[in-house]
Amino acid sequence: MSGNEPNPAATLQRATPEAQPRPAKAADGKRVDHARSAKQFLNAPEHAKSHDTRVWAMRTKRDKQAHTIEEWEELRELASQIKTHTLAHLDTYLEQFEANAKANGIHVHWAADGAEHNRIVHEIFTEHGVKRVIKAKSMLMEECGFRHYMDSVGIEIVETDLGERIQQLDGEDPSHIVVPPVHKMRSDVARLFAEQLGSDPDNDDAHYLAGAQRDATRPLILDADAGMTGANFAVAETGGFVVCTNEGNADLSANVPNLHVASIGIEKLVPRVEDMGVFIRLLSRSALGSPITQYTSHFRAPKQGGEMHIVLVDNGRSKRLGMEKFWSSLKCIRCGACMNTCPVYRRSGGLSYGATYAGPLGLILNPTFDAHRYSNLPFASTLNGSCTNVCPVKINIHEQIFGWRQVLAENGHLPWTKKTALSAAGKVLASPKGYRVAIKTTNSALKHLPRWALYNRMNAWGEGREMPSPPDNGTFHDWYRRNRLKNQAKTPNEGDSQ
Amino acid sequence: MSARDDILGAVRTNKPAIDAPAPTVPNYDNAYPQGADRLAALFAERLATMGGTWHALADGQSIDAVLQDVLADKVGKPFDDAVIASNVPEVAGNRPLTESDVPASVHDVDIAVLRARFGIAETGSVCFTEAELTVNAVAYLAQHLVVLLDPAEIVANMHRAYQRDDFVNANYTVFHTGPSATADIEGVLVRGAQGVRSLTVIPAPATPA
Repeated sequence: MSGNEPNPAATLQRATPEAQPRPAKAADGKRVDHARSAKQFLNAPEHAKSHDTRVWAMRTKRDKQAHTIEEWEELRELASQIKTHTLAHLDTYLEQFEANAKANGIHVHWAADGAEHNRIVHEIFTEHGVKRVIKAKSMLMEECGFRHYMDSVGIEIVETDLGERIQQLDGEDPSHIVVPPVHKMRSDVARLFAEQLGSDPDNDDAHYLAGAQRDATRPLILDADAGMTGANFAVAETGGFVVCTNEGNADLSANVPNLHVASIGIEKLVPRVEDMGVFIRLLSRSALGSPITQYTSHFRAPKQGGEMHIVLVDNGRSKRLGMEKFWSSLKCIRCGACMNTCPVYRRSGGLSYGATYAGPLGLILNPTFDAHRYSNLPFASTLNGSCTNVCPVKINIHEQIFGWRQVLAENGHLPWTKKTALSAAGKVLASPKGYRVAIKTTNSALKHLPRWALYNRMNAWGEGREMPSPPDNGTFHDWYRRNRLKNQAKTPNEGDSQ
Repeated sequence: MSARDDILGAVRTNKPAIDAPAPTVPNYDNAYPQGADRLAALFAERLATMGGTWHALADGQSIDAVLQDVLADKVGKPFDDAVIASNVPEVAGNRPLTESDVPASVHDVDIAVLRARFGIAETGSVCFTEAELTVNAVAYLAQHLVVLLDPAEIVANMHRAYQRDDFVNANYTVFHTGPSATADIEGVLVRGAQGVRSLTVIPAPATPA
């Protein structure tokens, strides 16, 4: 995770640092209430400000990198085309990948869902008497609830990515797919490491904290029985896979223990080695605004004396492939650019989404796992289209967010308040006359109603913000009638012209 | 085998029925400087932005002398006590590496000296395969990495890099671009998160005159 600028305001030592906000999690079977959790996050203003600043800094650096490359837009188009081609022939490329991997001496397993993935990996570990595993960051394993499963069977998992390790030690999910603890301030990490690693609670210097974690984790790395990684890409032509990290922790996980297990989503395939040129040039520039991750590792066969397993995981992907409006979300390379640019994500923090994936990609991926639980998420968007504009594989993210709203409404997944409000709004917006009357009434209400009538639980627009003051010269339509229409010949149905 | 057949069956049924040929990927290398020296200069510039150090040899300077110059105050012990594992004939080292070493056993290495298979000017990356590493883990467990790179072996960009046959022939091929880094704690850049704390690249032809 190279290089965000430090936040100068955060270097001020405070007697009592602001406590880290911890949005409530929805209970099993309940709908995630993103708006409510976001409000809990915003109740910690220093954290909210720090989060917004850091996440936006990544977006700014992404733009700088993109502008240094003349062919940037062509690369995005190529990446999109390669992914379309691959997904349209995914069965063939999966078979080719499997055949080549096996020929290279890799054991290949297939898992229909997260539970099967966890069972397969558990079997491999049992066979090898594995007690401790060092693991690189993998969103797929988060999907599978892998760490929780391994906890339950008594196999110790040690996260080797610093950010993911912070989240593991804190018993919290990652809040960003690339920078898991981006919502935490250094005071939070200092408190956590003091409790968990015995570091100095009064020292919140990032170098000191990172060093404390390095020293604490290294003996665990040297002593581990197995290593696990995900994969950013799997290459059909070679039967190998590619992992990108900034810390070198995937390479430690894969190269120190003799046993390496890689969990790979079936959508990670690309056909040829040469395709990697396109994706590697786009990935870290889109993610963090660095030209490349510090480490780009290509695993094609087990190391000498070692053993390598791949688990190819479906977990809803083959089903999504058949969704006409949503299959292209499978192109996602998990860079997080859409999160960094999203005004809702930046101001609500990743944990408020209550799901494996936060931000715009979360809005379109999570409902495929559980439409009811995540039915609020597609509404956590302004539909400004910025996510689509920065996506390195050109997924029409904002259109899919809108598409999910339609699907969820059609399938009866909307909560009552939203359904009623949207249905009333639909009727008003469908009639020009009704719309004008509503605007006039609203403007008049804003001018004359007392605060208690405007700022209450019934009006979501009045929560956390001031309502706009109504213009003094009436509505746009009033202005238009005074300044434009008076110079034109009056038409009989002037009032309805739109 | 049933999960395999179910997944492949579902993919076959559900895959989008569209005509989408694989595109041809251009090389995008017309704007890169010609000649090894100018490409090496670009490489050095890009390496620096990723936190690596480019260290050309002064006249008559030995690589051993560079090691001491660059790393003496970083190894945290008298330089004579530093454990140096070398995979190159140019440096003797005091800690031999063999293919039969248990990977975790190389944790004591302070400085590993390796030769890169090739470099990439676009990003300032050096590439290794298991042939250059002997023990893959040494490139991550060592505290500091020193890399010899033949300036004649620098390709312009990623597209050129992926046209090499290493990815088809080697079991493990890795690009290192600067040392291990993280900004996971409040965005502050820290070198040496888990892997090596520093990376020094020394231009040196593969067969010294």
